[in-house]
Amino acid sequence: MTGRLSPRLTTLVALIVLALFLLPWVAGRYPVYLTMQILVLAVFSLGFNLLFGYTGLLSFGQAGFFAVGAYACAKILLAVPNLILGIAGGVACAGVAALLLGILSVRHTRIYFSMLTLAFGMMIYSIAWKWRDFTGGDDGLVGIPRAPLEIPGIVSVSVAAMDRYYYVVLVLSLLAILVMYRLIRSPLGLTLQAIRDSDSRAEFAGVPVRKYRLVAFTIAGLYAGLAGALLPPLENTVTPPIAHWSTSAEPVLATLLGGVHAFAGPIVGAFLFFVIKDIIVRFTEYWLIWFGVIVVALVIGFPGGVMSIFAGRSRPVAPRPDDNQPAGGSGPSETT
Amino acid sequence: MTTLFRIEGAAKRFGDFVAVNGVTLELPAGRLTAVIGPNGAGKTTLINLATGALVPDSGAMYFKGEAITHLLVHHRVRKGLSRSFQIMNIFARLSVLQNILVPVLARRGRAGFPFHRMERESEAMTEARRILREIGLLDEENLPAGALSHGDQRLLELGIAIAPAPELCFLDEPSSGLTPVERSTVMELIRRLSAEQRTTFVIVEHDMDVVFSLADWIVVMNRGEVLTEGSPAEIRENRAVREVYLGV
Repeated sequence: MTGRLSPRLTTLVALIVLALFLLPWVAGRYPVYLTMQILVLAVFSLGFNLLFGYTGLLSFGQAGFFAVGAYACAKILLAVPNLILGIAGGVACAGVAALLLGILSVRHTRIYFSMLTLAFGMMIYSIAWKWRDFTGGDDGLVGIPRAPLEIPGIVSVSVAAMDRYYYVVLVLSLLAILVMYRLIRSPLGLTLQAIRDSDSRAEFAGVPVRKYRLVAFTIAGLYAGLAGALLPPLENTVTPPIAHWSTSAEPVLATLLGGVHAFAGPIVGAFLFFVIKDIIVRFTEYWLIWFGVIVVALVIGFPGGVMSIFAGRSRPVAPRPDDNQPAGGSGPSETT
Repeated sequence: MTTLFRIEGAAKRFGDFVAVNGVTLELPAGRLTAVIGPNGAGKTTLINLATGALVPDSGAMYFKGEAITHLLVHHRVRKGLSRSFQIMNIFARLSVLQNILVPVLARRGRAGFPFHRMERESEAMTEARRILREIGLLDEENLPAGALSHGDQRLLELGIAIAPAPELCFLDEPSSGLTPVERSTVMELIRRLSAEQRTTFVIVEHDMDVVFSLADWIVVMNRGEVLTEGSPAEIRENRAVREVYLGV
């Protein structure tokens, strides 16, 4: 509850951050590109886990907000080549979409919430696919520039080179991680965890549960939007599959791999997700099958995710009334 | 005595089953009332209606003279209503201190602060620790609530119920599943809090020892209706109660 890291953990985090800043100087283009993908998934997964691990709501529709962020950023960059505007616009659009769909979604919990978010996510996928005039249909949007970071009349920094864009992704990802870290340890974070444990008890503790679920849903949407908005300048293209439900499964898998019980779980999970995938695709084109086998083995071997190895055994918990079970199971007993 | 809470002709059906049938009841401030009755009498449904967990099919609820029939639960809590549950209902994965902090922060309007460190909520922390001392769980403040014994969890649930500083608190079978020692601890706590006149308690209880030793007033329900009400001595001597409820 103190919110402070131990000296050893602080040193480890500092070393990792230092290594990330030095990466373009010591590694080639591919590790830099891979690291950007890991960071994007880490941000995406952190937002997802605020909803799943900390609020007890399993969303299968986060790819919808990821796509809204990506398409909005792409459209802005194609119209106005300004990276700040593109990313901010992508995040804002995803936030608004999450707020509007959240108003309808958070009225329900458990499987009903999950199915509703899946339906909304697939609705966005259909829009991306069918609204050809706006989204480019199955061709998507191409030729998205890696526009400069610009405040008109004041400063303009080119990030056209991948190495430079890497620092944009890195700084924004680190900021997103820091903000989430503070949020989890704030009164709001505590309130969300109380809702996860027992929504009826929280309501009778004076907490407007639905309002706070909407707050969590919107924040998760903002994080998905940020992750999505970071992608178009990296790939120079956006296509409908990023809105598909299988994209929603990526933060789910990353979080399960890393562990819902730990703050760093989704980040570690995102790293494992891409490293395992990267290794498997070198040996077989059927990488999804082997990836699935490894994920199943890890989830069975470490139900609390890989981070549970470091956190030790989960705390014992009392059985809860059935009507308080969160959608999709357990959340973190540990918030470090 | 001033009427704190009034239930007027409340009714609730579940399909063909009439759980509560036109109940009218007055709960004065400062009087510890026990609601008793056989299984299925409608006691818990009545609490659910009074606290907003269920909406009545007909009838009205008034708290301090104000109609609250359609008020949302958390608004009722802010007005001074609280409750505990028949089935244990705590924040099992949070620490004991955090369990109390949640209602304390909500009451202070600080539950939604997104970037405050908890250390900065020193007043809320002090208040939460005062409540933990009151319920005798201060030494366990850092334990996960789910790791407490059943009796301590009941005490904690009572702590969560009183943390919003309610004027009226409904306790649904507060001694359920407790050992005799734990039961007397819970009873003592309710008696003390009630005597301090900070909170008016209404308890639903099956254990007649608890009811007759705690309550100032007893309401007997049967088949969704109020059969009778009176002082413990009156209820003990009431022939209808003995027939319907005590079976003698």
